Amino acid sequence: MTAASDTQSAVQPAYRRRDLTGIAVILGIAAIGYFLFPNNLALLTRILAIALLVLSLDLVTGFCGVATLGHAALFGAGAYAAGMAAAHWGITDPIAMVVVGAIGGAAAGLLSGVIILRGHGLSQLVLSIAVIHLFHEAANKASAYTGGSDGLAGISPDPLFGLFAFDLWGRTAYGFGVALLVIVFVLLRILVRSPFGMLCRGIREDPVRVGAMGGSVRGTLVKMYVISGAVAGVGGALNAISTQVVGLDSLSFTTSAEALVMLVLGGTGSLYGALLGTAVFMWFEDVVSAANPFHWLTMVGALLIAVVLFAPRGLFGTAALLLDRLKERRR
Amino acid sequence: MSPVFQVERLRKSFGGLAVTQDVSIAMEPGDRVALIGPNGAGKTTFVNLVVGHLAPDSGKVMLAGSDVTGLDPVRRVRQGLVRSFQVTRLFSDMTPQEHVALAILQRTGRSGRVLGHFQAMPEVMDETRTLFETLGLVAVATRKVAEIAYGQQRLLEIAIALALKPKVLLLDEPAAGVPQSDTPRIEAALAGLPPDLAVLMIEHDMDLVFRFAKRVIVLAAGAVIFDGSPQDVTKNARVREVYLGNYANDRSAA
Amino acid sequence: MQTIFSVAVDALAYGMVLFVISIGLSVTMGLMRVVNLAHGAFAMIGGYIASYAASDLGLGYGVAMLIAVIGTIVIAVPIERLLYRRIYGAPELTQVLMTIGITFCVIGIANYVFGPTLKTIPLPDTLRGPVDLGFRSIAAHRLFAIACGAVVAVALWFLLERTPFGVKVRATVDNAAMAASLGVRTRIIYAVSFAVAVGLAAFGGIVGAELLPIEPYYALRYMVTFLVVVSVGGAGSIPGALLACLVLGGIDTTGRYLVPEYGEFFFYLAVIAIVWIFPHGLLGRAK
Repeated sequence: MTAASDTQSAVQPAYRRRDLTGIAVILGIAAIGYFLFPNNLALLTRILAIALLVLSLDLVTGFCGVATLGHAALFGAGAYAAGMAAAHWGITDPIAMVVVGAIGGAAAGLLSGVIILRGHGLSQLVLSIAVIHLFHEAANKASAYTGGSDGLAGISPDPLFGLFAFDLWGRTAYGFGVALLVIVFVLLRILVRSPFGMLCRGIREDPVRVGAMGGSVRGTLVKMYVISGAVAGVGGALNAISTQVVGLDSLSFTTSAEALVMLVLGGTGSLYGALLGTAVFMWFEDVVSAANPFHWLTMVGALLIAVVLFAPRGLFGTAALLLDRLKERRR
Repeated sequence: MSPVFQVERLRKSFGGLAVTQDVSIAMEPGDRVALIGPNGAGKTTFVNLVVGHLAPDSGKVMLAGSDVTGLDPVRRVRQGLVRSFQVTRLFSDMTPQEHVALAILQRTGRSGRVLGHFQAMPEVMDETRTLFETLGLVAVATRKVAEIAYGQQRLLEIAIALALKPKVLLLDEPAAGVPQSDTPRIEAALAGLPPDLAVLMIEHDMDLVFRFAKRVIVLAAGAVIFDGSPQDVTKNARVREVYLGNYANDRSAA
Repeated sequence: MQTIFSVAVDALAYGMVLFVISIGLSVTMGLMRVVNLAHGAFAMIGGYIASYAASDLGLGYGVAMLIAVIGTIVIAVPIERLLYRRIYGAPELTQVLMTIGITFCVIGIANYVFGPTLKTIPLPDTLRGPVDLGFRSIAAHRLFAIACGAVVAVALWFLLERTPFGVKVRATVDNAAMAASLGVRTRIIYAVSFAVAVGLAAFGGIVGAELLPIEPYYALRYMVTFLVVVSVGGAGSIPGALLACLVLGGIDTTGRYLVPEYGEFFFYLAVIAIVWIFPHGLLGRAK
């Protein structure tokens, strides 16, 4: 690092500082959530799990430009892998369950990536929808392993590190979830800045150009799908550990579509956008479905139309844009 | 010296129309060749055949003595056959520095790394800086490509191609769309290309061709009708017929 | 033999219903290049209106159908003007989001207004019984569905190939900017085509209600089916769509008959296989 240039020394600490700020903000919000809603930690933990799904979707949709309506396949695969490991094979250590979930998600990512990346445009979308339905049907029919439509029960994880039992109030699960999210977030920040992350951004903007540089577009995207699957799988495993049950809804088209809505609401191509979108959407869901469960879907639809029409960059993107403008004006 | 790049009796037809007819070209390291021809001569098809976007009906494309006809475009790039685009294809959201770094990382097999940052790789940064100094892009190295001038984007296209350390460089109208005032910079960049690199330039602008090329190949109706020195090309009867005949037709049609 | 025949008739009827519903989607996608996930929602709206008119108001089948088709168009035209027009030429993701938003809204509203139960459209007596073909007898409704599909295919072919309107549509499909500069008012072409497409969707929804039962999640359940017709058949191609519908109808019906337990699994597997083998469509021009 002796050849450090001016730009280098100026840039590196800048993004390090931004990352540390980001982690601090996540931890701060997590703590506020814990103290404000001590009776609703289950919801908060679910938000964390879904946030991992949306981060994972952001990797392929936001950073690589692949439009998919089948991303819950990766999340559900992780949830079922972790759940089945605990219920059938006696792997009940929570950290081992998360690892199994990540592997299950990565395998599902590889499979669905290979299938979905075969198409372009409309056919890609069709393949992604077919994939999620196929996963759903497969889990439904393999009821001996998955519990079918009754859900997979009998998941009782051991205490974390042998010390913290997963209590009725969900405190351990929440703490575990926050830790997982922060770890994944840090790893993804490193990933998106790495040469590989840069290559993916290049593919999103112009795959032909990347090919003319000698870069393999399909290979790169499949690799990203595997990484994305591992992230979604961790989310699925977290959900299995905290709720101690895995349902077919974790593999549904609706979950896939909702994840996309959350991502777009927050803003694609930014990890903060994915987190913000998930939190706002899930909170909104909780409020609306408590008030009027019948209109939940209508509200999601209306929200989606509103985002497309009025904030196409999403909440985070729009806020960042406004901040930039403000800075310019001050200059 | 043995040819580094060779096209042998390349043929391609669409339907019944022969768009490339028995085209053969050989180039040695350090060659500066311009490929010209009137509109519809089949230049674009020829480029697509050479880079591998189209498969020829028959014939071969050879690179440094090995047959690359069966390879896809990406593999050809990795073997050292690099092209620039007639219409700039860049990542508008990224900086010139990122573009060139990506090309260097790709060449050195590190573009798949999930750890680290190119700005922390001194040899990548050094190579990038050297290229930008040669091409005069230092001032815009960290601006977004969408914000820099078109002439600078054209230079960046050349920088990316050079960062891949090609054996053969295919320049597709490098000065297309560049304002007159910026063409000298492009010409300077072309003059400064590595001396051992074989360069095939497809170009319309005859001034640029005469200043750059040591050899000119004329393509008409899919076939090579002239292959020789720039001094001889204007004297060649067939070339004159193709160009002036075409020109006269254009005038009468307009 | 009898079973093979009846499976074949069912497959044909199902394929024709798919065709009637999806052909509008195919034409509008070829024309406006909008990935419209909400197309099935319009078929569903048609089914609901017809069901309401026939069973709650006691109107005849034909009248109910007419009201439903017109009603669906009346609902859809403002949606086209207010929402769809803003996403013509937008990136694919934007189009997906907008149209899925519309789908969710329609489902939510249908669920609220009509409840989550299945709705039926009572058939007239003439369509209820079997029809004796001399050597076999088949359900009259199946025959009706097949006939509707055939009529729609021929009528659309005539409309697109033999009328001035069709010429303008085809010119716009080929090159919208060029057509506009030749004096084709593309906005009107878009609006009319959209209305025709929605009307056909509603018509198909009603005719097919026996095979694709009307319920709130209709729009999601058959979304991939309608989309795959366009993706495989090629946007804007009538023969392509017809071929795709017959193939899909055949696969789905045979699958349900041979392996009823795994019918849907089989169907989605087939969809993936078809798109995998023909990523550019059966007739090779989908883009």
